[in-house]
Amino acid sequence: MMDDVVRENVEASVILPYGDHKNDGVVQVSFTLPVPDGPLGDEAARQVMRLMSLKEPQVVESTPLGENYTFFVGYGKLTRPVEISKLKVARPLWDKLDAASIDRLVRERLGRPIIVVGAATGQDAHTVGLDAILNYKGFSGDHGLEAYSAFRVVNMGSQIPNESLVAKAIELRADAILVSQVVTQRNVHLSNLTNLVELLEAEGWRDKVVLVAGGPRITHALAVELGYDAGFGPGTRPSDVASYLTQEVLRRKSLY
Amino acid sequence: MLRLEIDGEKVEKCHEMASSVSSRVNQELGPFSTVAIERTVARFFGIDGVAKDDVPLPNVVVEHLKSQGRLEDGVALHLANACLYYGESPQEIAEKIALGKISLSQVPWQGREACQEKAFELVGVSLEKIREKRREREVLLESLPVKERPWLYVICATGNIYEDIIQAKMAASQGADVIAVIRSTGQSLLDYVPYGPTTEGYGGTYATQENFRLMRKALDEESEKLGRYVRLVNYCSGLCMPEIAFMGAVERLDMMLNDAMYGILFRDINMERTLVDQRFSRMINAYAGIIINTGEDNYLTTVDAFNAGPAVLASQFINYHFAKKAGLPDEYIGLGHAFQIDPRIEDSLTYEIAMALLVREIFGDCPVKYMPPTVHKSGDIFFAHVLDTCFNMVSVLTGQSIHLVGMLTEAIHTPLLQDRYLSISAARYMRTAARHLAENFFLEKDCLIQRRASEILDRTEKLLGEVSRKGLFQAIEEGTFAGVKRQRTGGKGREGVFRKSQWYFNPVEDLLVKELFRNEA
Repeated sequence: MMDDVVRENVEASVILPYGDHKNDGVVQVSFTLPVPDGPLGDEAARQVMRLMSLKEPQVVESTPLGENYTFFVGYGKLTRPVEISKLKVARPLWDKLDAASIDRLVRERLGRPIIVVGAATGQDAHTVGLDAILNYKGFSGDHGLEAYSAFRVVNMGSQIPNESLVAKAIELRADAILVSQVVTQRNVHLSNLTNLVELLEAEGWRDKVVLVAGGPRITHALAVELGYDAGFGPGTRPSDVASYLTQEVLRRKSLY
Repeated sequence: MLRLEIDGEKVEKCHEMASSVSSRVNQELGPFSTVAIERTVARFFGIDGVAKDDVPLPNVVVEHLKSQGRLEDGVALHLANACLYYGESPQEIAEKIALGKISLSQVPWQGREACQEKAFELVGVSLEKIREKRREREVLLESLPVKERPWLYVICATGNIYEDIIQAKMAASQGADVIAVIRSTGQSLLDYVPYGPTTEGYGGTYATQENFRLMRKALDEESEKLGRYVRLVNYCSGLCMPEIAFMGAVERLDMMLNDAMYGILFRDINMERTLVDQRFSRMINAYAGIIINTGEDNYLTTVDAFNAGPAVLASQFINYHFAKKAGLPDEYIGLGHAFQIDPRIEDSLTYEIAMALLVREIFGDCPVKYMPPTVHKSGDIFFAHVLDTCFNMVSVLTGQSIHLVGMLTEAIHTPLLQDRYLSISAARYMRTAARHLAENFFLEKDCLIQRRASEILDRTEKLLGEVSRKGLFQAIEEGTFAGVKRQRTGGKGREGVFRKSQWYFNPVEDLLVKELFRNEA
């Protein structure tokens, strides 16, 4: 019996969603279709689930949202497993350090604080994320970068043109730039982020700073693809960013 | 009945202090006007549309007068003078200014009395239009009554006004009583109002007069269908507060976000600019019968909500007295607050009830606007829905008036169609299920709710004492509100503030003061 369990775990290089028993593949979905509520709508919803490769699609709820729109809740079963061993995940390569170690490392090896400039750029007026990472208060009991002796922080706030951010970074000879992008309507964040990289390159400063993007729709992979050194998405703690910046800045100076 | 025991003397003291704080500001800023106010006067004259490069004609007129060094007199005298001399309409004069064919300071002077008379006549037309819109609303509210409270308030903002209309009508049919079209991010910092219908915006849809008109028309159709008047909201804040107040008035918006300090604290707009603009814009709101919504909820998202109660309440007192002094009666002062305490804190729900009751009871006749949790929502939409349910319950239990419906996907994206539906349904459920719940309870003497409310009121009194000692300008400079520090001479839009000359004349303000404060005279 014990043996079976162990073997199963080892073999779990392929997995399926777990509903109420192993490998049942149960998936819950909800979506709206521009169709009136009725049998045709339900069939359209089941077809959506079939197109998602879900077997035995079930519509458990259909509710009209207006004259020609219907909201569906459905369940289906995924039969093709995920080969977990073949997946590749991009994430910044850094170790989590505690605040005291960060302050000590920077003091001993760099001998001065790491200079960080942060801004919510373009039309973006949302600073909740940026403030949580930078300001002393931080987020959820995890203090922001200002609370560390290892960092000197300039938080430029919201709606900062990329040009001003670059100028400020150069003026302060910043070690790192943190860009926050919350508004993602029509992918405005992508062109904004790309534009910043271009400006830095034009100024010959791209390689002189650690460039970091953050926001609810940012992933590390996306940030790297756009020419950033790292990206931090939802759930990021200030201490994550602090750990990363410390290691990356020191590593570039061969101090880590 | 669920009611707090509140120290009436303390409340009275807070009112006195807030009243004196706002009086001093008004007095100090009395000698000033702004470019936004003058553009509004130009709009009252009937000037609208854009010149080349899409520059709005009101901006053209004001910039022109400024370049002639005569803006200090106000636009009214010079426009009326030109209308008299050329025998043309203000619009025709403005178009000629744009083409460089008229120079206002060179027009032969027709005499102050004649100019003032002409000016009163011209702006009188717009004022009559606003009165007509107000009557129109009263008639509609009579025939299409809104019976349930709190009003359910939802946001539609895709960036495209035509798309917004589809979603707004759908939300109304699902039970929304109030539709707010959020503005495009950054519009508050534009020193002009864009023109015409718009289909591109970021994080929202541009506030333009045409967009207001299109949405109001669509909601009128939907209201008729539902037998219930659906209210429309937009933002009367930023660098164009009074101009947008005018547009809202003539297009029959029903509520406008209008906070005396929001622009200063959260958009870094110059203090003097905001405080001068808010007064004039609120007078227009008052004349049009538009309910204002203040933005104290913002304090709760920027600083720790658990400790922000006194700042919220102090700001409400100040906002309230600025509003009163702009001629708004209590029934039109929608003070804002929110449910934002960290849900992991023990008894957080109890503290929320305490604050909600306190605000509700102190401002008994105001249509208090209650905002949903946003800060402590994550990608866990199921928990977010639970949190909203608690918020809905507190809102109904404590008798809030305007209920901004929380979205389960708040932390993820602008609401999908189904998000809005699920959230409205949940709020409707609570509104029905808990309708008479409060009647069944009374508070134990010295219970936690009572103690918490008293503590917040005590601290509010202290805070207002501090603000009253320092004056509002210095209090803001020292970061009293939301921990944000702003300099009186700093911030955006300061160059748009000017000292009035001895010849200054603003017929709109004169008429509004006369009408709004008739009973006091």
